Amino acid sequence: MRTLIKNGQVIDPANQIDGSFDILINNRKIEAVAPRGKVPASKIKDAQVIDAKDCVVAPGFCDMHVHFREPGHEYKETIETGSASAAAGGFSTVAVMPNTSPVNDSRSVTELILSQAKKTGLVNVLPIGAITRGLKGETLSDMGELKESGCIGYSDDGKPVMDSELMRRALEYSRMFDLPCIQHSEILDLTRGGCMNEGIVSTELGLKGMPVEAEDIMVFRDICLLQKTGGRLHVAHISSGGAVDLVRQAKAKGLPVTCEVAPHHFTLTEEACRSYDTNAKMSPPLRTDEDIELIKEGLRDGTIDMIATDHAPHDLADKQVEFSNACFGIVGLETALPLTLKLVDEKVITLQKAVDLLTQQPCRVFNLDKGTLGVGKDADIVIFNPDTQYTIDPAKFKSRSKNSPYKGWKVRGKVLHTLVAGKTVYSAHNE
Amino acid sequence: MSSTLLNTKDISRAVSRISHEILERNRGAGNIALVGIRTRGVVLSQRLKEQIEEIEDVTVDHGVLDITLYRDDLAAGIQKPELKKTDISFALEDKHIILCDDVLFTGRTIRAAIDALMDFGRPSSVQLAVLIDRGHRELPIRPDYVGKNIPTAKSKRVQVLFNEEDGEDKVIIQEQSN
Amino acid sequence: MLLSTKSILGTKELTKQDIQQILDTAESFKEISTRAIKKVPTLRGKTIINLFFEPSTRTRTSFEIAGKRLSADVINISGSTSSTVKGENLIDTARNLEAMNPDILVVRHHCSGAPALLSQFVNSPIINAGDGTHEHPSQALLDLLTIRSHRGDLEGLKVAIVGDINHSRVARSNIKAMQTMGMKVRVVGPPPLIPVGLERLGVEVSHNLSEAIKDVDVVMVLRIQLERQNQGLLSSLREYSNYFCLTSETLAKARDDILIIHPGPVNRGIEIALDVMEGPRSLILNQVTNGVAIRMALFYLLLGENNANPN
Repeated sequence: MRTLIKNGQVIDPANQIDGSFDILINNRKIEAVAPRGKVPASKIKDAQVIDAKDCVVAPGFCDMHVHFREPGHEYKETIETGSASAAAGGFSTVAVMPNTSPVNDSRSVTELILSQAKKTGLVNVLPIGAITRGLKGETLSDMGELKESGCIGYSDDGKPVMDSELMRRALEYSRMFDLPCIQHSEILDLTRGGCMNEGIVSTELGLKGMPVEAEDIMVFRDICLLQKTGGRLHVAHISSGGAVDLVRQAKAKGLPVTCEVAPHHFTLTEEACRSYDTNAKMSPPLRTDEDIELIKEGLRDGTIDMIATDHAPHDLADKQVEFSNACFGIVGLETALPLTLKLVDEKVITLQKAVDLLTQQPCRVFNLDKGTLGVGKDADIVIFNPDTQYTIDPAKFKSRSKNSPYKGWKVRGKVLHTLVAGKTVYSAHNE
Repeated sequence: MSSTLLNTKDISRAVSRISHEILERNRGAGNIALVGIRTRGVVLSQRLKEQIEEIEDVTVDHGVLDITLYRDDLAAGIQKPELKKTDISFALEDKHIILCDDVLFTGRTIRAAIDALMDFGRPSSVQLAVLIDRGHRELPIRPDYVGKNIPTAKSKRVQVLFNEEDGEDKVIIQEQSN
Repeated sequence: MLLSTKSILGTKELTKQDIQQILDTAESFKEISTRAIKKVPTLRGKTIINLFFEPSTRTRTSFEIAGKRLSADVINISGSTSSTVKGENLIDTARNLEAMNPDILVVRHHCSGAPALLSQFVNSPIINAGDGTHEHPSQALLDLLTIRSHRGDLEGLKVAIVGDINHSRVARSNIKAMQTMGMKVRVVGPPPLIPVGLERLGVEVSHNLSEAIKDVDVVMVLRIQLERQNQGLLSSLREYSNYFCLTSETLAKARDDILIIHPGPVNRGIEIALDVMEGPRSLILNQVTNGVAIRMALFYLLLGENNANPN
């Protein structure tokens, strides 16, 4: 059974394609990419046809930073609901962080995640293993076993690896497996008790601040370590303009460092906390306009390698509380595309670059054979209309949690189809 | 749409007569005190005080009452009237209190004023002096001294203007303009 | 004659007109507390709930007396003070209380923003009686009332606030309210106790007490908490005292008619010397008296407004 996606504007940065092409899918794989109307008629005789008129056809998005809460906190999200959320957001591949309960620091948890994902059968779910056992920051996890079971990177995300010696050893040891160490960059001594960016707003609200230096110092420390250790450092959810600068300098020196930014860190500032809205409480915290400008500069010049959502579902019970008691984080999978397209509207990046940041770039950093529409590759495809305007309504999210600060935002860019290995896993027409 | 009911001279004559009636009824100014209800009752009480002091050549105690906190319509969601100070700096015990107000209408203001007075002490008696009685009582209250009885339709509005507050002395009646 | 807000969550939300009205009303209420019968029937049949999640004697008592002098029924409820108490409990508690139809909720909580959170779940007006390190509006209003009754007008007055500004809700409420009323505010304390970015709020920052109080009309001394020493914010209380205790010597260069206020309770000899505290320029006890009048004014102005019928 073949599927033909026709009349669309195909954007495939991995193959430097941008134009009117039709795509033929056969048996989970991409069989042909041909100029509009040029797929041989013999091949499309019985094909199912998806008309992508006015739409962009791109490789399915890849989010290297999500939290699906399974095992342990299924009331917030499961692999099934998280996968549905990913599919609705145009993502065909996601990497799940290990801060579940139990922590993903062993083959058994990794295998559980993979088997749940397989049972769900929606998107590709790639586990990230813990850097330290139990995320305790005391001893290294069995990085070899984790890789063999299917992990694609290591992280203690949610927490930093505070111990410099341990981080040094993690970078050294991970070299053997050629997987990146993903750091949640935060010097905890500086952020103890903090719940938002330290600055004028935290002062006015009487909330304990998390100074931006806490991020900068950790990024700086890790870059220093990297000079001798080798290995690969990936800075998660960069939020500080200063940290972007540090990464830029390190890259200039040829160090193996990469980084990602979450959409909320280029669309919102600390001002969003003013009404004690706990959906504006994240870690790292929302910063300032100046940081956003520097992040945009980093996106423009390639210092920032990719966009990742840090999708962090939380139940109402964890968010509808006093600001200082609320959990950190927001759901992000179903708002990532329109928020990224804002960068295109603002002429920070081109549409092609936006697709690149969501597809080819993350796959390059994580060595994934994804994020491309090359012939013979898995048919992981997103079809979206970049011009459709709508109002964000978290109540309609597929995610089990609705913790989003974007409620009521008028945005443009709507996902119409998401295909994983040739199979439609989301279609706006079925909504 | 308004017409004048009393002019400066009418008011002056009424105040003068009431002063004499107060003195006559209380057999002099020995143990009387005047208490005016804010705002225009205060003016009336001051004028009575001056007249009485002139006639008798004595000093008469005088107080000011703001009855806002004793009103029965506060909780009903009316707009809050501006609260001003109450000032009663003499003991009420064994005094005949002449409570003064400009217009007597439903009687509810007087009810509130009596309650307020009682919180300050136990006077021998409370008497009521008003410049205008326009009827339509809703409580069993009657004045002891009246400047002028003016039967009115309930919808009309009687307004007393005093030089001290309004720059002129007169009493007018107008159609409600709402 | 209406306040611009339904609840008093902070002085931040109050306009100059609001503050003026609250102070004027409180001024009239002072007299009631001097009567033999200290009670008026104004709020008869109204229910005020004091919901205190943090221990307090002074503020709670002041609100309670204020309510009772207006004939309201005042109920005190102390929530658990444990820091493990989460918001589910806060909102559940408030909703339960709301079901009993109180007319005002007075809330104190150890988390900044807790009253603001509550206000989204209950209909009754809320008075913030102190939330974390955010605001304590009734305290700032009583401070303004105290200053105004000694100076007549607030416009143009200069104030120095001395101490742990960082952790002070009293300071935050006062800074906002004073600026709204056209006063100039300077804060004085060691740098670790001065919050980030305060200058951007138009506040002058100083670290030298005797210099900072030279030209001010009012000096407000804040209570210094012993635990700041353990948090590494202070080297020792002894050293703090050496630099920031208000003594006769530090006052020597100040104006003769300087007013001294302190939100209490006082650590005698640590942030303020005993003789200064009990001296003629200290208005600390006036503040307590004015506290009752301010809270009566807030009750009076808030009650009945929420069901106001425009006709």
